[in-house]
Amino acid sequence: MVKVENISKKYGKVQALNNITFNVDKGEIFGLIGPDGSGKTTLFRILTTLLIADSGIAKVDGYDVVKDYREIRKIIGYMPGRFSLYQDLTVKENLEVFASIFNTSIEENYYLIKDIYSQIEPYKNRYAGALSGGMKQKLALSCALIHKPVLLFLDEPTTGVDPVSRKELWGMLKKLKEDGISIIVSTAYMDEAGLCDRVALMSKGYCLSVDTPKNIIQKYDKILWSVSSNNMSKLLKDLKIHSEIESCFAFGDTHHITLKNRITFNELHNYLMKLGHNEIEIKTISPGIEDCFMDLALKGADDASN
Amino acid sequence: MQVIEAENLTKRFGKFTAVDSISFDVKEGEIFGFLGANGAGKTTAMRMLCGLIKPTSGQGIVAGYDIKKQSENVKANIGYMSQRFSIYEDLKVWENLRLFAGIYGIPNRKINDRIDELLKRLGFESEKDTLVKSLPLGWKQKLAFLVAIVHEPKVVFLDEPTGGVDPASRRQFWELIYEATDRGITVFVTTHYMEEAEYCNRVSIMVDGRIEAMDSPRNLKNKFEAESMDEVFHKLARKSTRTGD
Repeated sequence: MVKVENISKKYGKVQALNNITFNVDKGEIFGLIGPDGSGKTTLFRILTTLLIADSGIAKVDGYDVVKDYREIRKIIGYMPGRFSLYQDLTVKENLEVFASIFNTSIEENYYLIKDIYSQIEPYKNRYAGALSGGMKQKLALSCALIHKPVLLFLDEPTTGVDPVSRKELWGMLKKLKEDGISIIVSTAYMDEAGLCDRVALMSKGYCLSVDTPKNIIQKYDKILWSVSSNNMSKLLKDLKIHSEIESCFAFGDTHHITLKNRITFNELHNYLMKLGHNEIEIKTISPGIEDCFMDLALKGADDASN
Repeated sequence: MQVIEAENLTKRFGKFTAVDSISFDVKEGEIFGFLGANGAGKTTAMRMLCGLIKPTSGQGIVAGYDIKKQSENVKANIGYMSQRFSIYEDLKVWENLRLFAGIYGIPNRKINDRIDELLKRLGFESEKDTLVKSLPLGWKQKLAFLVAIVHEPKVVFLDEPTGGVDPASRRQFWELIYEATDRGITVFVTTHYMEEAEYCNRVSIMVDGRIEAMDSPRNLKNKFEAESMDEVFHKLARKSTRTGD
């Protein structure tokens, strides 16, 4: 469905994208996972034919993003990160504009947007500018879908959205996938990686890894422990200065540490007891995507400086 | 000592009750997480506590001042950091601090010392003369926090401070928060990262304008028989009847 080969893009001196390569299969939910500034939006703009890369090749459904941009624009839907509908048109008018641009009507593809649009339909005569954030998002998604695209681009649809609404949105994406629409979605929330079929982990314009979330986790090769005690903020400092501990980060109600050399639970337990900690708990754990991302980002930084 | 006291705080817009009689206290040096779905009323409640809008009814004391009658004193004694950090991209690091220190009325003779101290604490001295726009996002965020506490407020309000930042920087930011509380600054923070709720001493969860739960993360997890704060949040937010956002 999408082929990206050695795509690079520079803005002035800033290398926004560095030799990015991956493929997206038909019917896949593919995630671009990375923090702000990792290049996600730049990549979206190249794939949606709004920006031309400095080098590399990108194809969408067999069409070249530079030569065949007209064809691509007919078959994709794009929901940018920033709300970009017409604030001075009503909900229904916005949808009509997008439908007529693509030579279709709301009725024709209503089945596709029904689940999403029916939630805002009671407000169809309200100006888009007067909608709440969640409703704006549903309208934007409806507008991006009204011409029945084969491929949908969603740029950070869950940023600033609460956990419950985020879950709802991912549910909608799953249904769209069942309708045969391929989806490329970006997010800065690492925990959403698990909801994608495959992901590209991105950092500072580099692609750290492309794989299924499960494989990324399996490839993690560090020893990872979770540690907690009765004084978590002191614990963080005490773990950081331990000579055998490579990295230490707070993760919810525990701290995650990786080790340089094998030490035993007992050795660490005694070390922490001596420093005055009580209720010490140490466990071996399996990593989450966030652990993997931080590890890969660290390795990436090492590679870049070498 | 209580730094924030809210009693039956209510805000109505026309017929709509955005914040419905909420009551809570926040102690000095505490990290208080203020959670809720979009549209639950968090921002409205926060704006009342910051003295930016007046409550329809109820009482609020923040940093020792009445939010209704002494809103200017409230503003002078709190710090505020928004999602879109309000720092100036075209100014240097130290110029941003200098600007906000001046706005908050720190005497001129004290400003330079204060700035140097803050930069040192952050390990930022080498970036003193760097233009903000060339800083990585994680650093901008830390600078925005320093700007918010440059006048040593009793309490600092952080409105979703960590969105979009990479996982390592996000954690370094929390270490900065811990450090501020060690020095007695109270932190009032909203976030959509439920994992960050775990870093708070206590959290409250708002649903449809009311506070539905308030306790330490550990007690909340016990009470709701949940493995994580994410699960607690989902169990509570499911009760919401507000539409849209």
